[in-house]
Amino acid sequence: MSGSSNSGAFRIKGAGRHTPARTARFTFDGKTYTALEGDTVASALLAHGVHLLGRSFKYHRPRGILTAGPEEPNALLDVSRDAARRQPNVRATVQEVFDGAKIASQNRWPSLKYDIGSFNDLLSPFFAAGFYYKTFMWPREAWHKLYEPIIRRAAGLGEAPKEGDPDHYASRYVHCDILIAGAGVAGLTAALSAAATGKKVILVDEQPEVGGALHYASTTIDGQDGYDWAQATAAKLKAMPNVTVLTRTTVFGYYNHGFLGLTERVTDHIALPGKDSPRERLWQVRAKKVILATGSIERHMVFANNDRPGIMLASAARSFLNHHGVAVGHSVGVYTAHDSAYEAAFDLKRAGVSIAAIVDSRSNPGEAVLSEARALGIDVLAGHSVKDTSGRLRISSMTVVRNGGANARKIKVDALIVSAGWTPSVHLFSQSRGKLRFDEANQRFLPDVYAQNSISVGACNGTDDLAELIDEAIAAGGGSVAVSGENRFEWTGGMIGAAEGAGPEHAVKAFVDFQHDVTAKDIRLAVREGMHSIEHIKRFTTNGMASDQGKLSNMHGLAIASEMLGKPIPQVGLTTFRAPYTPVTYGTLIAHSRGELFDPARKTPMHALEAAEGAEFEDVGNWRRAWYFPKRGEDMHAAVNRECKTVREVGGVFDASTLGKIEVVGPDAAAFLNLLYTNAWDTLKPGKSRYGIMTREDGFIYDDGVVGRLAEDRFHVTTTTGGAPRVLNHMEDYLQTEFPHLKVWLTSTTEQWAVIAVQGPKAREIIQPFVEGLDISNEAFPHMSVAECNVMGVPSRLFRMSFTGELGFEVNVPADFGPAVWKAIWERAQSLGACLYGTETMHVLRAEKGYIIVGQDTDGTVTPDDAGLNWAVSKKKTDFVGIRGLKRPDLVRDGRKQLVGLLTKDPKEVLEEGGQIVADPNQPKPMTMLGHVTSSYWSENLGRSIAIALVAGGRARMGETLYVPMADKTIAVEVTDMVFVDKEGGRING
Amino acid sequence: MLLIHCPYCEEDRSELEFRWAGEAHIARPENISAISDEEFAEFFFLRNNEKGLTYERWRHIHGCGRFFNAARDTISDKFLMTYKAGLPKQPVPASGEGETR
Amino acid sequence: MVDSGANVATRTLPLSGVHGGSSVVRLEAAAPAERINLRVRAEDVAALSAALGVDLPVKPKTSSSGNGRTALWIGPDEWLVFGDVRTGLVASAAKSGALHSATDVSHRNTAILVSGPGSAAAINTGCPQDLSLDAFPIGACSRTLFGKVEIVLLRTAEDAFRVEVWRSFSDYAFGLLSEGARDAAL
Repeated sequence: MSGSSNSGAFRIKGAGRHTPARTARFTFDGKTYTALEGDTVASALLAHGVHLLGRSFKYHRPRGILTAGPEEPNALLDVSRDAARRQPNVRATVQEVFDGAKIASQNRWPSLKYDIGSFNDLLSPFFAAGFYYKTFMWPREAWHKLYEPIIRRAAGLGEAPKEGDPDHYASRYVHCDILIAGAGVAGLTAALSAAATGKKVILVDEQPEVGGALHYASTTIDGQDGYDWAQATAAKLKAMPNVTVLTRTTVFGYYNHGFLGLTERVTDHIALPGKDSPRERLWQVRAKKVILATGSIERHMVFANNDRPGIMLASAARSFLNHHGVAVGHSVGVYTAHDSAYEAAFDLKRAGVSIAAIVDSRSNPGEAVLSEARALGIDVLAGHSVKDTSGRLRISSMTVVRNGGANARKIKVDALIVSAGWTPSVHLFSQSRGKLRFDEANQRFLPDVYAQNSISVGACNGTDDLAELIDEAIAAGGGSVAVSGENRFEWTGGMIGAAEGAGPEHAVKAFVDFQHDVTAKDIRLAVREGMHSIEHIKRFTTNGMASDQGKLSNMHGLAIASEMLGKPIPQVGLTTFRAPYTPVTYGTLIAHSRGELFDPARKTPMHALEAAEGAEFEDVGNWRRAWYFPKRGEDMHAAVNRECKTVREVGGVFDASTLGKIEVVGPDAAAFLNLLYTNAWDTLKPGKSRYGIMTREDGFIYDDGVVGRLAEDRFHVTTTTGGAPRVLNHMEDYLQTEFPHLKVWLTSTTEQWAVIAVQGPKAREIIQPFVEGLDISNEAFPHMSVAECNVMGVPSRLFRMSFTGELGFEVNVPADFGPAVWKAIWERAQSLGACLYGTETMHVLRAEKGYIIVGQDTDGTVTPDDAGLNWAVSKKKTDFVGIRGLKRPDLVRDGRKQLVGLLTKDPKEVLEEGGQIVADPNQPKPMTMLGHVTSSYWSENLGRSIAIALVAGGRARMGETLYVPMADKTIAVEVTDMVFVDKEGGRING
Repeated sequence: MLLIHCPYCEEDRSELEFRWAGEAHIARPENISAISDEEFAEFFFLRNNEKGLTYERWRHIHGCGRFFNAARDTISDKFLMTYKAGLPKQPVPASGEGETR
Repeated sequence: MVDSGANVATRTLPLSGVHGGSSVVRLEAAAPAERINLRVRAEDVAALSAALGVDLPVKPKTSSSGNGRTALWIGPDEWLVFGDVRTGLVASAAKSGALHSATDVSHRNTAILVSGPGSAAAINTGCPQDLSLDAFPIGACSRTLFGKVEIVLLRTAEDAFRVEVWRSFSDYAFGLLSEGARDAAL
């Protein structure tokens, strides 16, 4: 065999489209090889005569390359640039070689040639379909200790890298008039036609170059070699402003309403990718129309030992020869049921490869190919079958027998190319919810009823004749163009299911699904064991469940099942095609949503100042809130204790900016709030505020907050931090759909205001100098007052309110002014001995006063009365959201869980939130649980622990001793009211 | 991902901008405080969850902010029509099972 | 009243000091602006337009400018109106004498200016809308999504956009725009 010695002994001089001078070096299992630019890993290794690429999943059988494209089930490799940039299960037939690539085989130990796991092959009688289901049923205990660890170690294909993915991935939304999936003859012709209309067209192909089957076929188009025509056409399309051509891009999903997912492999083929280049780009396309030109996939023949390295699809051998310039062997056998394999044999023969014989299971192959075979001196054995093969790590011979005959003969081969015909690629059509019909004459499923604005053209539509295909593509594109083409041969033939030589002998392994090691026997067994639906057969045998999703195996499996069941194929049914068409990396799907961009981290205007003061932050929804402010040497406990004491003794400054705020404006504002809150709002005077409770229609607490009335027609509503968006949505829902007659509008102002809460005995003294034009004395500005005033020269809203039980103010300033005002207030507060405090101290201080937190002390099943807040429910209103729900029998019954305080008998014992409460700790299990602890803290101010709990009939149990059983002890508690500090409430006035 | 026609924006927009808001044409009783437990259960808890043609509410929450009504076939996910909130239940054209090409 | 420390507060802008972009996209923080969320019923649109000196557009996805102010159609009764700082939008609206709601959101939003030939591609990194000139011409505006945050998008020129975003989402929006700008350059 001649050819460039360094790019492989099987490289054929003058064949293929790669430039001999342009080489790339890579390693496979540690050995260095030279490839040509444009090679796939598969073609590069075949050029060096390497066929053994891996071990099969279950039996660890030696496996090679079956296809030359993305449908490859067998040749899965580990491809890496460095430790972190390592990708398992890469198809050798898709991955392009780049200089410096490190490639390794998978699923073998200690080496590819000597694999201990191949012992499984000898035990295969025990590993038939359903083996796991049946064998590891009992004893139950053995699952965790024995079976699962062993199976887990043995199973799984490839190994994920341990490092984080250092690459980045891009994503883009795009709209177009026409998306065309597949750039073979049909796709390119449709694109030419569509582009001529001036419409916005996107043409997508998964291979590095357009052309599809023209990579190998002997087709002439417009008087030109087909492949050359394809490249020229793509160049012409790319030059048009209304056309985008995407290669190395897979349409992996066709979803609702013209939405398609595409993954573009940007740098996987480049030795040194640019720093800014993403590894892959996700295209989210909305197309008005989709033209599916996805072609068809050749099927293998199902016969005994059809999986040895060196056995591959006829079209693959042609691609390796005609595109890559690589011969798949010196002496090649052919086993086929379809004319297409003849053309592969002709090409190989002309390139100087010996064709051992064409074994055709049909007795009447196409006349044209037969006479060409004769002319080339190729031996054709029509009406024969390959009964078996031999060769340990690569095929060395095929055993041929006349159909129905007995005399077998062995023919020496070093490669065997096979074809059982072609399966139209209807995956995307099916994903789009189109319905298929079975083409009985050609034994294939074809598009029938379309669910979306799409059309299938060419081989995926069962259109085999080239002239017809071109007409179909031009019509689909909607434009007026002329393309003419000619094939050397028109093909006939094809079969599905097991060929002669696939059994029924018990020991025969005739593979249907290579990646999952499913044989014809397994499918027959499944039917015998009672699986009569193809969905059951699929799951029992795992046929088609591997990462190639049965692109080669589904039709064979279906035909075998159909034969066993004695039912026609359409009645056996087809499993559902699901996205993605081929595996998509998580990196692509995640795209930018990682690191800083995983989720927005919302920071208040004062965030940087708080960080500078040493704040630790906690996540509250998407907000980063200051949690506590440790001083040097303080742990969280010490910091919170200090903050709690300082606020009550002197004062504290707290960032309350994250509280939700909604401006409710209009003449019917009060009427609207009357309907949305349990309280009455028409009685609230401008300049005053009130604590409000919002219930849902079912009567349960939904949110709470202080609502200030700024004017007759303007309210400043506050919500919980986490509740802000849903409360606004809830309000809008009622306003737009139930109470649209009300003249009132809602605007989110959460982020308009920076809110600085100043609490404690010195609160007034702290803020006094900054407040202009407003008397904030107790008399002029009592608790629950609100006013618009200037603070440090800035129009602000000042609330007199308290979530600590101390004298308190909340200064609302326009957000950009927040940092300056906060800084000034904090400087003064500091000079007066006050502190900064965070959310943890806020929680403790409010709990000391028995103020609830919606979502912590309530859980969506708590009514205002359960929470001890019945005073906030208006008894006079005739309507509000929740008024009827609150009257439901279960909501008014005795014995409901009510919020109460709990004091542990041991004051040092801090209960765990969520701890269950029982009356008698000695009762038998399961115990009757009375409720649970909702809030629990150490109160430094009281020198003991405090807790709030939901307890059945709680308010009637004051003074009772209850118990909180824990894993290691039982804690005795006393039921109390919820106010632990300043029961009289005098401190609120300073 | 669905493509939804907003009757206020008068344009098809990506599902991402919308939020589903439950079954449509369930009016809150005017005399809600007076209705029976059974009537309340019917109003608040019970939904038809029909297969096929359903009337449902959507909100163009990340667009114009409006709630509106839609008739959707839950089998094909096709929107047969959308219309503004407040309009009565609209008759719709047949869902259509797709076509042969 | 004590007068110590009663100095006038200064502004700290979100996105102050950020810069980014690529060879085809320029990203910059917009100057501070005054903004109102304006709600008006159909019958009062003319009165408010007159009072503000800018025609409130009534066609979806459109905007108009006048009197140094820009009004963006957000919804059938909702506009985002912005202008220079201290243009007095709330007071102007009040002069209409017509029923309306004007709420100051000057500090709630901030804006990022995106310009250059790769602008639309950069924004389409996270925005699902069709930003071709046919579908989203100059002056078109829409509230929409950008990645995981809500924005209001306004096309100010063939290759320039204004992205209005709530202040706490602005770091995220700027970061994602930077990613989009980088990819648009390839």
